[in-house]
Amino acid sequence: MRNLLFIGIAALVTLNSCTSKPDKLPVLGNKQPVTKMVDGKQVTDTAYATIPDFKFVNQYGDTITAKNLNGKIYVADFFFTTCPSICPVMHRNMLNVYKEFKDDDNFRILSHTIDPKYDTVPVLKRYADKMGISGNSWWLLHGNKGDTYGISKSYLQSVQEKNPAGQFIHDGFFILIDKQKRIRGTYEGTDPKEVDKLIADIKTLKAEPEQAVAK
Amino acid sequence: MKIKLIIGIFLFIMITAIVSSCQSDAQVEFSRYYAGGASIYQEHCQNCHGEKGEGLQSLIPPLTDSIYLKNNKKLLACFLQNGLKGKITVNKSDFDDEMKPTDLAPIEIAKVLTYVTNSFGNKMGTVNLQMVEGDLAKCR
Repeated sequence: MRNLLFIGIAALVTLNSCTSKPDKLPVLGNKQPVTKMVDGKQVTDTAYATIPDFKFVNQYGDTITAKNLNGKIYVADFFFTTCPSICPVMHRNMLNVYKEFKDDDNFRILSHTIDPKYDTVPVLKRYADKMGISGNSWWLLHGNKGDTYGISKSYLQSVQEKNPAGQFIHDGFFILIDKQKRIRGTYEGTDPKEVDKLIADIKTLKAEPEQAVAK
Repeated sequence: MKIKLIIGIFLFIMITAIVSSCQSDAQVEFSRYYAGGASIYQEHCQNCHGEKGEGLQSLIPPLTDSIYLKNNKKLLACFLQNGLKGKITVNKSDFDDEMKPTDLAPIEIAKVLTYVTNSFGNKMGTVNLQMVEGDLAKCR
């Protein structure tokens, strides 16, 4: 009888550990301890790296700053329209993210061109049209090279000017940013399985209480 | 009983071997080109044209339009060697982005064309080296 009880408890514990899903995504990037006063007491908190303010222009010619993303969860990547290697694969996969969340006004996709000389605003608009992207859920962003390459570092990404073979080099990651502008995940954009995980993680992130209330 | 079984297995192997060696030379050639073409496709074509030849929206044409491939059969080798510019209509959609020239050798072009024109719902038979060399000589 005692054995039976033991097995029953063991089974319950096992079942429970199987069903409990991680309901919070990690926060990535550098963190620093911050000491502040709360109610007259000294409290030490953790400050996570955030994406700094920026200013770019989207495919419609509208200026986009960090303010336009207040209250929004977004995914960022780096590409250029004439990229023959990984970009078509990345954006074939990103199209799935777009289709899943395009009706959610609190979600955006930001694709930064790393070839602003060729990828002017009209070129980006044409690319968007040909990709079948409409509305404001997926912004293709043009900016000066220094700004784009600078912000790529905040997204933990590496982009470079042309290599000796005359090509741009860049990482193919999709970066998930929360409403507090913190990095919550990085996903290999060329791998459909990772992009499926990104879609699942966006849903998890949207359900976090902290995200649900943030404006 | 055991001997019968062994003889049976032996016979089966023999028959299988004979039947498979009966494959015509044409089939052997096709298999060789097709298998080689699959790996060339993965390395040189798949990023843009996709694993299933699906292309990418209106940017990159699909390779699933048998009619387009049949109508342009003699030009495909030239497209691969010299690239392709200007508007084309594939599967009732217009495409006018550039495909860059490749550095594939004629034999590689033959293999990858055999793969493409016999995958993704296409069934056009072997494109061998002689055919590719003939087509390349007439490139515009």
